[in-house]
Amino acid sequence: MLGLWRRIRRLGRIAEPAPEPPSTDRPDAAEQLGGSVQIRHVDAGSCNGCEIEIGAAFGPVHDGERYGARLVASPRHADALIVTGAVTRNMTEPLRRTYEAVPRPRMVVAVGDCARNCGVFASAYGVTGPVSAVVPVDLEVPGCPPRPEAIVAALRTLTGR
Amino acid sequence: MTDSTTLGLVGGLLQAVVIVAGAPLLVGLMRQVRARMEGRVGAGIRQPWRDLRKQFRKEPITPRGTSEVFRAAPVAMVAITLVVAAIAPFVTAASPLPGVADLFVVVALLATGTVAIALAGIDTGTAFGGMGASRETTILALVEPTALVAIFALSVRAGSTNLSAIVDSTLAEPSAVLSPAALLAAAALVLVIVAETGRLPVDNPATHLELTMVHEAMVLEYAGPDLALIELGSAMRSAVYLGLLANLFVPWGIATEAGVLALLVGVVAFVVKVGVLGAALAAAEVFLAKVRLFRVPELLAGSFLLALLAVTASYVLA
Repeated sequence: MLGLWRRIRRLGRIAEPAPEPPSTDRPDAAEQLGGSVQIRHVDAGSCNGCEIEIGAAFGPVHDGERYGARLVASPRHADALIVTGAVTRNMTEPLRRTYEAVPRPRMVVAVGDCARNCGVFASAYGVTGPVSAVVPVDLEVPGCPPRPEAIVAALRTLTGR
Repeated sequence: MTDSTTLGLVGGLLQAVVIVAGAPLLVGLMRQVRARMEGRVGAGIRQPWRDLRKQFRKEPITPRGTSEVFRAAPVAMVAITLVVAAIAPFVTAASPLPGVADLFVVVALLATGTVAIALAGIDTGTAFGGMGASRETTILALVEPTALVAIFALSVRAGSTNLSAIVDSTLAEPSAVLSPAALLAAAALVLVIVAETGRLPVDNPATHLELTMVHEAMVLEYAGPDLALIELGSAMRSAVYLGLLANLFVPWGIATEAGVLALLVGVVAFVVKVGVLGAALAAAEVFLAKVRLFRVPELLAGSFLLALLAVTASYVLA
Protein backbone atom coordinates (compact mmCIF):
# COMPACT_ATOMS: atom_id res chain seq x y z
CA MET A 1 0.00 0.00 0.00
CA LEU A 2 2.90 2.31 0.81
CA GLY A 3 4.46 1.38 -2.52
CA LEU A 4 1.26 2.32 -4.34
CA TRP A 5 1.14 5.63 -2.47
CA ARG A 6 4.74 6.43 -3.49
CA ARG A 7 3.90 5.58 -7.08
CA ILE A 8 0.88 7.91 -7.01
CA ARG A 9 3.05 10.69 -5.58
CA ARG A 10 5.83 10.12 -8.11
CA LEU A 11 3.67 9.88 -11.24
CA GLY A 12 1.35 12.76 -10.41
CA ARG A 13 -0.80 13.72 -13.37
CA ILE A 14 -0.49 11.26 -16.26
CA ALA A 15 -3.20 12.83 -18.46
CA GLU A 16 -1.88 14.78 -21.43
CA PRO A 17 -2.93 18.42 -21.77
CA ALA A 18 -6.29 18.78 -23.49
CA PRO A 19 -5.94 19.38 -27.26
CA GLU A 20 -7.94 22.11 -29.06
CA PRO A 21 -11.67 21.30 -29.11
CA PRO A 22 -12.72 19.74 -32.44
CA SER A 23 -14.45 22.05 -34.94
CA THR A 24 -16.74 19.44 -36.54
CA ASP A 25 -20.49 20.15 -36.59
CA ARG A 26 -22.38 18.75 -33.59
CA PRO A 27 -25.43 16.56 -34.19
CA ASP A 28 -28.68 18.33 -33.18
CA ALA A 29 -29.37 15.85 -30.39
CA ALA A 30 -25.98 16.61 -28.79
CA GLU A 31 -26.99 20.26 -28.25
CA GLN A 32 -29.68 19.19 -25.77
CA LEU A 33 -27.35 17.23 -23.52
CA GLY A 34 -25.53 20.13 -21.88
CA GLY A 35 -22.00 18.79 -21.52
CA SER A 36 -22.88 15.32 -20.24
CA VAL A 37 -22.94 12.26 -22.50
CA GLN A 38 -23.31 8.76 -21.15
CA ILE A 39 -22.17 6.10 -23.58
CA ARG A 40 -23.01 2.46 -24.04
CA HIS A 41 -20.52 0.48 -26.06
CA VAL A 42 -21.87 -2.22 -28.38
CA ASP A 43 -19.52 -4.72 -30.00
CA ALA A 44 -21.45 -5.71 -33.13
CA GLY A 45 -18.77 -8.06 -34.43
CA SER A 46 -15.45 -6.34 -33.88
CA CYS A 47 -11.98 -7.89 -33.74
CA ASN A 48 -11.42 -6.08 -30.36
CA GLY A 49 -8.87 -3.69 -31.89
CA CYS A 50 -11.30 -0.80 -31.55
CA GLU A 51 -12.18 -1.92 -27.99
CA ILE A 52 -8.57 -1.55 -26.94
CA GLU A 53 -8.48 1.97 -28.37
CA ILE A 54 -11.77 2.87 -26.64
CA GLY A 55 -10.25 1.57 -23.41
CA ALA A 56 -7.23 3.80 -24.05
CA ALA A 57 -9.48 6.80 -24.76
CA PHE A 58 -10.91 6.46 -21.23
CA GLY A 59 -7.57 5.58 -19.64
CA PRO A 60 -5.39 7.98 -17.66
CA VAL A 61 -3.44 9.34 -20.66
CA HIS A 62 -6.35 10.57 -22.80
CA ASP A 63 -8.99 10.69 -20.03
CA GLY A 64 -12.19 10.99 -22.07
CA GLU A 65 -14.11 11.44 -18.81
CA ARG A 66 -12.74 14.95 -18.29
CA TYR A 67 -14.89 16.18 -21.22
CA GLY A 68 -18.10 14.91 -19.62
CA ALA A 69 -18.32 11.54 -21.41
CA ARG A 70 -18.76 8.39 -19.35
CA LEU A 71 -19.19 4.72 -20.23
CA VAL A 72 -22.27 3.19 -18.60
CA ALA A 73 -23.48 -0.36 -18.11
CA SER A 74 -26.99 -0.15 -19.58
CA PRO A 75 -28.46 1.30 -22.80
CA ARG A 76 -31.27 2.77 -20.66
CA HIS A 77 -28.69 4.96 -18.89
CA ALA A 78 -27.07 6.02 -22.16
CA ASP A 79 -27.39 9.00 -24.49
CA ALA A 80 -25.18 7.58 -27.21
CA LEU A 81 -24.15 4.18 -28.48
CA ILE A 82 -20.58 3.52 -29.58
CA VAL A 83 -20.77 0.68 -32.10
CA THR A 84 -17.64 -1.15 -33.24
CA GLY A 85 -17.20 -3.80 -35.93
CA ALA A 86 -19.14 -4.85 -38.98
CA VAL A 87 -22.64 -5.87 -37.88
CA THR A 88 -22.79 -9.66 -37.93
CA ARG A 89 -26.02 -11.58 -38.51
CA ASN A 90 -26.21 -12.62 -34.86
CA MET A 91 -25.73 -9.04 -33.62
CA THR A 92 -28.20 -7.36 -36.01
CA GLU A 93 -31.27 -7.82 -33.83
CA PRO A 94 -29.49 -7.18 -30.49
CA LEU A 95 -28.06 -3.93 -31.93
CA ARG A 96 -31.50 -2.83 -33.11
CA ARG A 97 -33.01 -3.65 -29.70
CA THR A 98 -30.20 -1.87 -27.86
CA TYR A 99 -30.87 1.23 -29.96
CA GLU A 100 -34.59 1.01 -29.16
CA ALA A 101 -33.78 0.81 -25.41
CA VAL A 102 -31.93 4.17 -25.41
CA PRO A 103 -34.19 7.04 -24.30
CA ARG A 104 -34.52 9.95 -26.76
CA PRO A 105 -32.63 12.10 -27.70
CA ARG A 106 -30.21 9.34 -28.75
CA MET A 107 -27.16 9.17 -30.99
CA VAL A 108 -24.98 6.51 -32.57
CA VAL A 109 -21.22 6.76 -33.12
CA ALA A 110 -19.72 4.25 -35.54
CA VAL A 111 -16.11 3.67 -34.46
CA GLY A 112 -13.62 2.07 -36.87
CA ASP A 113 -13.59 1.23 -40.55
CA CYS A 114 -15.57 -1.99 -40.05
CA ALA A 115 -18.45 -0.09 -38.45
CA ARG A 116 -18.39 2.50 -41.26
CA ASN A 117 -18.13 0.26 -44.35
CA CYS A 118 -17.39 -3.31 -43.13
CA GLY A 119 -13.64 -2.86 -43.83
CA VAL A 120 -11.95 -6.14 -44.77
CA PHE A 121 -15.12 -8.04 -43.89
CA ALA A 122 -17.20 -6.43 -46.67
CA SER A 123 -19.46 -8.97 -48.42
CA ALA A 124 -18.43 -11.75 -46.01
CA TYR A 125 -21.19 -14.35 -45.54
CA GLY A 126 -21.76 -13.66 -41.82
CA VAL A 127 -22.03 -9.89 -42.14
CA THR A 128 -25.30 -7.97 -42.43
CA GLY A 129 -23.61 -4.70 -43.35
CA PRO A 130 -22.18 -1.54 -41.83
CA VAL A 131 -23.79 -0.01 -38.72
CA SER A 132 -25.69 2.52 -40.84
CA ALA A 133 -27.57 -0.39 -42.48
CA VAL A 134 -29.15 -1.27 -39.11
CA VAL A 135 -29.45 1.94 -37.05
CA PRO A 136 -29.07 5.64 -38.04
CA VAL A 137 -25.49 6.82 -37.51
CA ASP A 138 -24.79 10.40 -36.35
CA LEU A 139 -21.01 10.40 -36.22
CA GLU A 140 -18.24 8.28 -37.73
CA VAL A 141 -14.67 7.75 -36.57
CA PRO A 142 -12.45 6.35 -39.38
CA GLY A 143 -9.38 4.21 -38.74
CA CYS A 144 -8.42 0.56 -38.35
CA PRO A 145 -8.34 0.89 -35.45
CA PRO A 146 -8.91 4.64 -34.90
CA ARG A 147 -6.40 6.37 -32.64
CA PRO A 148 -7.62 7.19 -29.10
CA GLU A 149 -7.19 10.89 -29.97
CA ALA A 150 -9.74 10.48 -32.80
CA ILE A 151 -12.21 8.72 -30.48
CA VAL A 152 -11.78 11.42 -27.82
CA ALA A 153 -12.32 14.11 -30.50
CA ALA A 154 -15.60 12.41 -31.53
CA LEU A 155 -16.72 12.29 -27.88
CA ARG A 156 -15.87 15.97 -27.49
CA THR A 157 -17.99 16.74 -30.54
CA LEU A 158 -20.90 15.18 -28.63
CA THR A 159 -20.25 16.82 -25.26
CA GLY A 160 -19.19 20.17 -26.71
CA ARG A 161 -16.40 20.56 -24.11
CA MET B 1 -43.26 28.86 19.37
CA THR B 2 -40.30 28.10 21.56
CA ASP B 3 -36.73 28.74 20.54
CA SER B 4 -36.00 25.05 20.00
CA THR B 5 -39.01 24.51 17.73
CA THR B 6 -38.04 27.48 15.54
CA LEU B 7 -34.48 26.24 15.31
CA GLY B 8 -35.74 22.76 14.49
CA LEU B 9 -38.02 23.96 11.68
CA VAL B 10 -35.55 26.41 10.11
CA GLY B 11 -32.59 24.08 10.57
CA GLY B 12 -34.50 21.06 9.28
CA LEU B 13 -35.49 22.92 6.12
CA LEU B 14 -31.96 24.25 5.71
CA GLN B 15 -30.26 20.87 6.06
CA ALA B 16 -32.70 19.24 3.62
CA VAL B 17 -31.85 21.94 1.05
CA VAL B 18 -28.11 21.60 1.73
CA ILE B 19 -28.23 17.82 1.32
CA VAL B 20 -30.28 17.87 -1.91
CA ALA B 21 -28.07 20.55 -3.47
CA GLY B 22 -24.80 19.22 -2.07
CA ALA B 23 -25.19 15.43 -2.45
CA PRO B 24 -24.40 15.38 -6.22
CA LEU B 25 -21.42 17.64 -5.51
CA LEU B 26 -20.25 15.11 -2.90
CA VAL B 27 -20.39 12.36 -5.55
CA GLY B 28 -18.52 14.67 -7.93
CA LEU B 29 -15.90 15.36 -5.26
CA MET B 30 -15.40 11.65 -4.60
CA ARG B 31 -15.02 10.92 -8.33
CA GLN B 32 -12.63 13.84 -8.68
CA VAL B 33 -10.43 12.66 -5.80
CA ARG B 34 -10.30 9.20 -7.38
CA ALA B 35 -9.51 10.64 -10.81
CA ARG B 36 -6.65 12.77 -9.46
CA MET B 37 -5.12 9.85 -7.60
CA GLU B 38 -5.32 7.73 -10.76
CA GLY B 39 -3.42 10.42 -12.65
CA ARG B 40 -6.49 11.60 -14.59
CA VAL B 41 -7.88 15.12 -14.76
CA GLY B 42 -11.47 14.25 -13.87
CA ALA B 43 -14.74 15.75 -15.07
CA GLY B 44 -15.04 18.31 -12.25
CA ILE B 45 -17.21 18.16 -9.16
CA ARG B 46 -20.22 19.72 -10.95
CA GLN B 47 -20.46 16.82 -13.46
CA PRO B 48 -23.09 14.81 -11.48
CA TRP B 49 -25.37 17.88 -11.55
CA ARG B 50 -24.89 18.14 -15.34
CA ASP B 51 -25.80 14.45 -15.61
CA LEU B 52 -28.91 14.95 -13.47
CA ARG B 53 -30.04 18.05 -15.41
CA LYS B 54 -29.73 16.14 -18.68
CA GLN B 55 -31.50 13.04 -17.38
CA PHE B 56 -34.44 15.08 -16.08
CA ARG B 57 -34.89 16.40 -19.64
CA LYS B 58 -34.75 12.98 -21.29
CA GLU B 59 -37.61 10.76 -22.36
CA PRO B 60 -39.09 8.62 -19.53
CA ILE B 61 -39.28 4.92 -20.42
CA THR B 62 -41.44 2.29 -18.75
CA PRO B 63 -40.10 -1.14 -19.67
CA ARG B 64 -42.66 -3.71 -20.78
CA GLY B 65 -44.00 -5.85 -17.93
CA THR B 66 -43.19 -3.50 -15.05
CA SER B 67 -45.83 -2.46 -12.51
CA GLU B 68 -46.49 0.50 -10.23
CA VAL B 69 -43.74 -0.70 -7.88
CA PHE B 70 -41.14 0.13 -10.54
CA ARG B 71 -42.54 3.64 -11.06
CA ALA B 72 -43.07 4.45 -7.36
CA ALA B 73 -39.69 3.20 -6.07
CA PRO B 74 -37.49 6.16 -7.13
CA VAL B 75 -39.94 8.71 -5.71
CA ALA B 76 -40.33 6.68 -2.50
CA MET B 77 -36.56 6.37 -2.07
CA VAL B 78 -35.92 10.08 -2.55
CA ALA B 79 -38.86 11.04 -0.30
CA ILE B 80 -37.73 8.73 2.53
CA THR B 81 -34.15 9.99 2.32
CA LEU B 82 -35.45 13.57 2.31
CA VAL B 83 -37.31 12.90 5.58
CA VAL B 84 -34.10 11.61 7.17
CA ALA B 85 -32.22 14.61 5.76
CA ALA B 86 -34.70 16.96 7.44
CA ILE B 87 -35.00 15.31 10.87
CA ALA B 88 -31.59 13.87 11.79
CA PRO B 89 -29.04 16.19 13.47
CA PHE B 90 -26.94 17.53 10.58
CA VAL B 91 -26.94 21.33 10.64
CA THR B 92 -28.80 21.73 13.92
CA ALA B 93 -29.12 19.53 16.99
CA ALA B 94 -32.79 20.50 17.32
CA SER B 95 -35.15 18.51 15.08
CA PRO B 96 -38.43 19.61 13.44
CA LEU B 97 -39.91 16.28 14.63
CA PRO B 98 -37.98 15.52 17.86
CA GLY B 99 -39.77 12.20 18.46
CA VAL B 100 -38.82 10.90 15.00
CA ALA B 101 -35.11 11.77 15.15
CA ASP B 102 -34.56 8.43 16.83
CA LEU B 103 -31.86 5.87 16.16
CA PHE B 104 -34.31 3.09 15.30
CA VAL B 105 -36.54 5.30 13.12
CA VAL B 106 -33.65 6.73 11.09
CA VAL B 107 -31.96 3.36 10.50
CA ALA B 108 -35.32 1.79 9.58
CA LEU B 109 -36.19 4.65 7.21
CA LEU B 110 -32.87 4.29 5.39
CA ALA B 111 -33.44 0.51 5.15
CA THR B 112 -36.93 1.12 3.70
CA GLY B 113 -35.36 3.17 0.91
CA THR B 114 -33.07 0.24 0.06
CA VAL B 115 -36.00 -2.17 0.13
CA ALA B 116 -37.98 0.05 -2.28
CA ILE B 117 -35.18 -0.13 -4.84
CA ALA B 118 -34.73 -3.88 -4.27
CA LEU B 119 -38.45 -4.42 -4.96
CA ALA B 120 -38.15 -2.35 -8.14
CA GLY B 121 -35.19 -4.52 -9.19
CA ILE B 122 -37.31 -7.65 -8.78
CA ASP B 123 -40.24 -5.96 -10.54
CA THR B 124 -38.32 -5.58 -13.81
CA GLY B 125 -38.28 -9.37 -14.08
CA THR B 126 -34.78 -9.40 -15.56
CA ALA B 127 -32.11 -11.80 -14.38
CA PHE B 128 -29.76 -9.04 -13.26
CA GLY B 129 -32.49 -7.06 -11.46
CA GLY B 130 -33.41 -10.05 -9.32
CA MET B 131 -29.78 -10.95 -8.73
CA GLY B 132 -28.91 -7.42 -7.63
CA ALA B 133 -31.96 -7.30 -5.35
CA SER B 134 -31.05 -10.59 -3.67
CA ARG B 135 -27.46 -9.44 -3.11
CA GLU B 136 -28.54 -6.04 -1.79
CA THR B 137 -31.00 -7.67 0.63
CA THR B 138 -28.30 -10.06 1.86
CA ILE B 139 -25.96 -7.15 2.56
CA LEU B 140 -28.79 -5.12 4.10
CA ALA B 141 -29.68 -7.95 6.47
CA LEU B 142 -26.07 -8.15 7.64
CA VAL B 143 -25.57 -4.40 7.90
CA GLU B 144 -28.75 -3.27 9.70
CA PRO B 145 -27.95 -4.97 13.05
CA THR B 146 -24.45 -3.49 12.97
CA ALA B 147 -25.78 0.02 12.35
CA LEU B 148 -28.31 -0.33 15.18
CA VAL B 149 -25.84 -1.81 17.67
CA ALA B 150 -23.05 0.65 16.83
CA ILE B 151 -25.22 3.74 17.34
CA PHE B 152 -26.81 2.06 20.37
CA ALA B 153 -23.34 1.93 21.97
CA LEU B 154 -23.32 5.73 21.83
CA SER B 155 -26.84 6.04 23.17
CA VAL B 156 -25.87 4.19 26.36
CA ARG B 157 -23.87 7.24 27.46
CA ALA B 158 -26.65 9.66 26.51
CA GLY B 159 -29.33 7.51 28.16
CA SER B 160 -31.58 7.94 25.12
CA THR B 161 -31.78 6.58 21.59
CA ASN B 162 -32.69 10.05 20.32
CA LEU B 163 -29.96 11.17 17.91
CA SER B 164 -30.19 14.79 19.08
CA ALA B 165 -29.69 13.64 22.67
CA ILE B 166 -26.61 11.65 21.63
CA VAL B 167 -25.18 14.72 19.87
CA ASP B 168 -25.96 16.93 22.88
CA SER B 169 -24.28 14.52 25.29
CA THR B 170 -21.13 14.42 23.14
CA LEU B 171 -21.10 18.22 23.03
CA ALA B 172 -21.43 18.34 26.82
CA GLU B 173 -18.67 15.78 27.34
CA PRO B 174 -16.06 16.08 24.55
CA SER B 175 -13.64 13.54 26.07
CA ALA B 176 -16.19 10.78 25.39
CA VAL B 177 -15.22 10.88 21.69
CA LEU B 178 -11.95 9.12 22.49
CA SER B 179 -13.53 6.45 24.70
CA PRO B 180 -13.06 2.83 23.54
CA ALA B 181 -16.79 2.44 22.98
CA ALA B 182 -16.96 5.45 20.65
CA LEU B 183 -13.88 4.42 18.67
CA LEU B 184 -15.11 0.84 18.20
CA ALA B 185 -18.56 2.09 17.20
CA ALA B 186 -17.00 4.52 14.71
CA ALA B 187 -14.98 1.72 13.09
CA ALA B 188 -18.10 -0.46 12.83
CA LEU B 189 -20.14 2.42 11.39
CA VAL B 190 -17.52 3.15 8.72
CA LEU B 191 -17.88 -0.42 7.43
CA VAL B 192 -21.68 -0.06 7.55
CA ILE B 193 -21.45 3.09 5.42
CA VAL B 194 -19.11 1.46 2.91
CA ALA B 195 -21.56 -1.44 2.50
CA GLU B 196 -24.75 0.64 2.48
CA THR B 197 -23.59 3.27 0.01
CA GLY B 198 -22.20 0.62 -2.33
CA ARG B 199 -18.52 1.55 -2.22
CA LEU B 200 -15.39 -0.60 -2.50
CA PRO B 201 -14.60 -3.23 -1.20
CA VAL B 202 -18.24 -4.35 -0.99
CA ASP B 203 -19.58 -2.99 -4.29
CA ASN B 204 -17.85 -1.18 -7.14
CA PRO B 205 -19.91 1.86 -8.24
CA ALA B 206 -18.00 2.14 -11.54
CA THR B 207 -18.33 -1.45 -12.73
CA HIS B 208 -19.69 -2.42 -16.16
CA LEU B 209 -19.82 -6.15 -15.50
CA GLU B 210 -23.34 -7.14 -14.53
CA LEU B 211 -22.14 -10.23 -12.68
CA THR B 212 -20.12 -8.14 -10.20
CA MET B 213 -22.83 -5.54 -9.59
CA VAL B 214 -24.89 -5.08 -6.46
CA HIS B 215 -26.61 -1.68 -6.44
CA GLU B 216 -26.17 -0.98 -10.17
CA ALA B 217 -27.77 -4.28 -11.18
CA MET B 218 -31.11 -3.25 -9.64
CA VAL B 219 -31.32 0.05 -11.50
CA LEU B 220 -30.20 -1.13 -14.96
CA GLU B 221 -33.72 -0.66 -16.40
CA TYR B 222 -34.27 2.92 -15.22
CA ALA B 223 -33.99 5.73 -17.77
CA GLY B 224 -34.41 9.50 -17.94
CA PRO B 225 -36.11 11.28 -14.98
CA ASP B 226 -36.52 8.05 -12.97
CA LEU B 227 -32.81 7.36 -13.26
CA ALA B 228 -32.07 10.93 -12.21
CA LEU B 229 -34.19 10.42 -9.06
CA ILE B 230 -32.37 7.14 -8.30
CA GLU B 231 -28.98 8.78 -8.69
CA LEU B 232 -30.01 11.80 -6.64
CA GLY B 233 -31.41 9.47 -3.95
CA SER B 234 -28.22 7.39 -3.85
CA ALA B 235 -26.11 10.54 -3.57
CA MET B 236 -28.37 11.83 -0.76
CA ARG B 237 -28.01 8.51 1.07
CA SER B 238 -24.22 8.83 0.91
CA ALA B 239 -24.42 12.38 2.28
CA VAL B 240 -26.86 11.34 5.03
CA TYR B 241 -24.73 8.38 6.15
CA LEU B 242 -21.51 10.41 6.13
CA GLY B 243 -23.32 13.25 7.94
CA LEU B 244 -24.54 10.86 10.64
CA LEU B 245 -21.02 9.48 11.07
CA ALA B 246 -19.58 12.99 11.30
CA ASN B 247 -22.11 14.39 13.75
CA LEU B 248 -22.36 11.37 16.03
CA PHE B 249 -18.61 11.33 16.61
CA VAL B 250 -17.43 14.89 15.87
CA PRO B 251 -20.49 17.07 16.46
CA TRP B 252 -18.66 20.39 16.93
CA GLY B 253 -19.98 23.28 14.85
CA ILE B 254 -23.59 22.03 14.91
CA ALA B 255 -26.11 24.79 15.68
CA THR B 256 -27.54 24.45 19.18
CA GLU B 257 -29.24 27.87 19.44
CA ALA B 258 -31.35 29.83 16.97
CA GLY B 259 -29.52 32.57 15.10
CA VAL B 260 -28.29 33.30 11.60
CA LEU B 261 -24.63 33.00 12.59
CA ALA B 262 -25.11 29.69 14.44
CA LEU B 263 -26.97 28.20 11.47
CA LEU B 264 -24.33 29.48 9.05
CA VAL B 265 -21.56 27.91 11.13
CA GLY B 266 -23.65 24.73 11.29
CA VAL B 267 -23.97 24.56 7.49
CA VAL B 268 -20.26 25.26 6.89
CA ALA B 269 -19.18 22.73 9.55
CA PHE B 270 -21.50 20.07 8.10
CA VAL B 271 -20.32 20.63 4.52
CA VAL B 272 -16.65 20.56 5.54
CA LYS B 273 -17.04 17.43 7.68
CA VAL B 274 -18.94 15.47 5.00
CA GLY B 275 -16.55 16.69 2.30
CA VAL B 276 -13.48 15.58 4.25
CA LEU B 277 -15.03 12.19 5.05
CA GLY B 278 -16.09 11.69 1.42
CA ALA B 279 -12.65 12.61 0.10
CA ALA B 280 -11.00 10.25 2.62
CA LEU B 281 -13.33 7.41 1.61
CA ALA B 282 -12.62 7.99 -2.10
CA ALA B 283 -8.86 8.16 -1.48
CA ALA B 284 -8.96 4.91 0.52
CA GLU B 285 -10.83 3.22 -2.34
CA VAL B 286 -7.87 3.69 -4.69
CA PHE B 287 -5.91 1.20 -2.57
CA LEU B 288 -8.68 -1.40 -2.39
CA ALA B 289 -9.98 -4.12 -4.66
CA LYS B 290 -13.51 -5.49 -4.44
CA VAL B 291 -13.74 -8.54 -2.20
CA ARG B 292 -15.42 -11.69 -3.46
CA LEU B 293 -19.16 -11.61 -2.77
CA PHE B 294 -18.94 -14.65 -0.49
CA ARG B 295 -16.29 -12.90 1.61
CA VAL B 296 -18.54 -9.86 2.21
CA PRO B 297 -20.40 -11.58 5.10
CA GLU B 298 -17.03 -12.14 6.82
CA LEU B 299 -16.24 -8.44 6.51
CA LEU B 300 -19.66 -7.45 7.83
CA ALA B 301 -19.48 -10.02 10.64
CA GLY B 302 -16.24 -8.35 11.65
CA SER B 303 -17.94 -4.97 11.77
CA PHE B 304 -20.81 -6.46 13.81
CA LEU B 305 -18.24 -7.80 16.28
CA LEU B 306 -16.75 -4.31 16.60
CA ALA B 307 -20.22 -2.89 17.26
CA LEU B 308 -20.92 -5.57 19.87
CA LEU B 309 -17.59 -4.83 21.59
CA ALA B 310 -18.53 -1.14 21.54
CA VAL B 311 -21.76 -1.86 23.41
CA THR B 312 -19.94 -4.07 25.90
CA ALA B 313 -17.27 -1.43 26.41
CA SER B 314 -19.87 1.30 26.92
CA TYR B 315 -21.39 -0.70 29.81
CA VAL B 316 -18.24 -2.19 31.31
CA LEU B 317 -15.77 0.67 30.88
CA ALA B 318 -18.22 3.55 31.45
